[in-house]
Amino acid sequence: MTAAAVPATSPASTGEQPGVRLARSRRNAELSLLLLAMVLVAAYSATVEATALDTVTPDFWIPTAALGLVFLGLHLVIRWLAPFADPALLPAVALLNGIGVGFLRRYDLAQAAPADREHLAIFAGTGGRQLAWTLAAVMLAAGLLVIMRDHRSLSRYAYTLGLAGIVLVMIPAVLPARFSEINNAKLWIRIGGFSIQPGEFAKLALLTFFAYYLVRKREVLSLASRRVLGIDFPRGRDLGPVLVVWIISLLVLVFEKDLGTSLLYFGMFVVTLYIATERVSWLLIGLILFFGGAYLAYVLGSTVGGPFANFYLRAEIWLDPFGDPYDKGYQLVQGLLTLGTGGLFGAGPGGGQPTLLPEVQTDFIFAGIGEEIGLFGLSALLVVYLLIVERGLRAALAVRDSFGKLLAGGLAFTLGLQVFVIVGGISKLIPLTGQTTPFLSAGGSSLMANWLLIAVLLRVSDGARRPVTPGGPAVRPSGGPPEQLHGAPTEVIRP
Amino acid sequence: MPELVITVARFGFLILLWIFVFTVVGVIRRDLFAGARSGRLVAAPRAVGASTGQAAKPAKVKRGRAAHQLMVTAGQLAGTRITLGESQITIGRAEDSTLVITDDYASARHARLVPRDGQWFVEDLGSTNGTYLDRAKVTGPTPVPLGVPIRIGRTSLELRP
Repeated sequence: MTAAAVPATSPASTGEQPGVRLARSRRNAELSLLLLAMVLVAAYSATVEATALDTVTPDFWIPTAALGLVFLGLHLVIRWLAPFADPALLPAVALLNGIGVGFLRRYDLAQAAPADREHLAIFAGTGGRQLAWTLAAVMLAAGLLVIMRDHRSLSRYAYTLGLAGIVLVMIPAVLPARFSEINNAKLWIRIGGFSIQPGEFAKLALLTFFAYYLVRKREVLSLASRRVLGIDFPRGRDLGPVLVVWIISLLVLVFEKDLGTSLLYFGMFVVTLYIATERVSWLLIGLILFFGGAYLAYVLGSTVGGPFANFYLRAEIWLDPFGDPYDKGYQLVQGLLTLGTGGLFGAGPGGGQPTLLPEVQTDFIFAGIGEEIGLFGLSALLVVYLLIVERGLRAALAVRDSFGKLLAGGLAFTLGLQVFVIVGGISKLIPLTGQTTPFLSAGGSSLMANWLLIAVLLRVSDGARRPVTPGGPAVRPSGGPPEQLHGAPTEVIRP
Repeated sequence: MPELVITVARFGFLILLWIFVFTVVGVIRRDLFAGARSGRLVAAPRAVGASTGQAAKPAKVKRGRAAHQLMVTAGQLAGTRITLGESQITIGRAEDSTLVITDDYASARHARLVPRDGQWFVEDLGSTNGTYLDRAKVTGPTPVPLGVPIRIGRTSLELRP
């Protein structure tokens, strides 16, 4: 402490951030956590093979090594371009993604004929495809970090992204069912044998637009209000954009038959609104509107039917899955039984029966994994998700520009909400909707979109934690506090 | 594969999973404390001797009672309490301050409180209207005794045990 004691910042430099920012980049911590995560993934694959095949094949480590290499590449890109990014994000996501790939390979093992089980090619089956998608998605994330050197540059494309987001949401709704419908949900664009889920990308685009719009409008939204029962409610005319988004999300619900996505869009908007204005009333209004809308859809579904029938059916299954356990409630019942079979410690990796559970590779992957690692392991995975969200929110708190705060806060919340929607769905807390479990479920669109989300969070956290360059007030790489705060006149007391 | 190996692998994996979780939490936690410590290092006030006070100060502070709370005693935020930790407290109108005061007579970055060996120092950050410790204007880093008001604009703050 003696020699390093730098003289205090001179009183004249008020504009400069006093030296609170940590100067350490903690990239080595990230590297060792990443190695630990990869050891875990390798241990998982080895245990799977030991249990399911009764032997460990000599090349069980190859998928893990491929994953490890590409994560290491991303780590190097972070070291180079975002040296102050959060050290916990990449390893946590790498662990989830690795376990996802490992579980999907394990599903392939269960599906393959007994003779072929020991000779599964690396890129074969669901697990292989997921591995290939992961490699592509991580490269995409690295590419985004290379292109986007400062998260504020995103705000320049806010309106373009907003428009792109709405178009992406609308495409599956207007396409004929044979191009867009899989499993009774119109969420897809199918061209040939190839299908993408545009909603996953729309999420990111819309959020960027919301963040930009709210930074510009937040004063109107938070200042003009009426006080009722101790809570500040906004004026009617300021509710406009919220109502528009509400209607869009209800349209998604009706035409794309997807409660989860509409809940996601609406929750995303309400929470960014809350972060922008710090008004609890927005959360109340949001919850009331959503539950009102969902209840309306339920009532309409039971009386009118038509486009609401699907939602009504889902709610009925949720209320009483065991009423029709062999047909309508089959999937949910199987999921619940699978989780129950897992119990506290699970059947061990490779010891479960994932083939008995429909859609175990996508929607129900959490139940499938739960059967093998039990509540004990599942809670660890949930804590990992929690840590990712926490780091995102922490980046939002620490970053100094409003756009970055809204962007990071909104993205982190969206990730958390998505985990809640799907895990709540399979554990019968809320009606089941076809959401992907981030980083675990099979699916290229979801993986790519979520890795892009992580790239943005890494970029924002780099901006948040980067120390202000000493003695150089002109260079402020991480975005200074809003200009008007500094320029705000201070009244002078004359003694 | 013997049953024993598989059982060990099964539970070993679960334990390793939780070890990973706790290691991540550890990194995050160390991260927070590292931030506090390095902040103090960089912000170490010049007047507080690196050579003289080092040995004597902790003993001296231990005799009196240490401050654990910062309480706002006058102004719009009167009654607000902040629990003191190891990190410094910035006071001002800027929204990233630890204590944001909406006071027309305060500057965006008005003053800060820095802990050093258990003693808190107040330092003015070049504010327009100045920071006062009781009646005296704060010019350099000044140690703050318990219960003595720090005046910033219309706001008064006190350290409490």
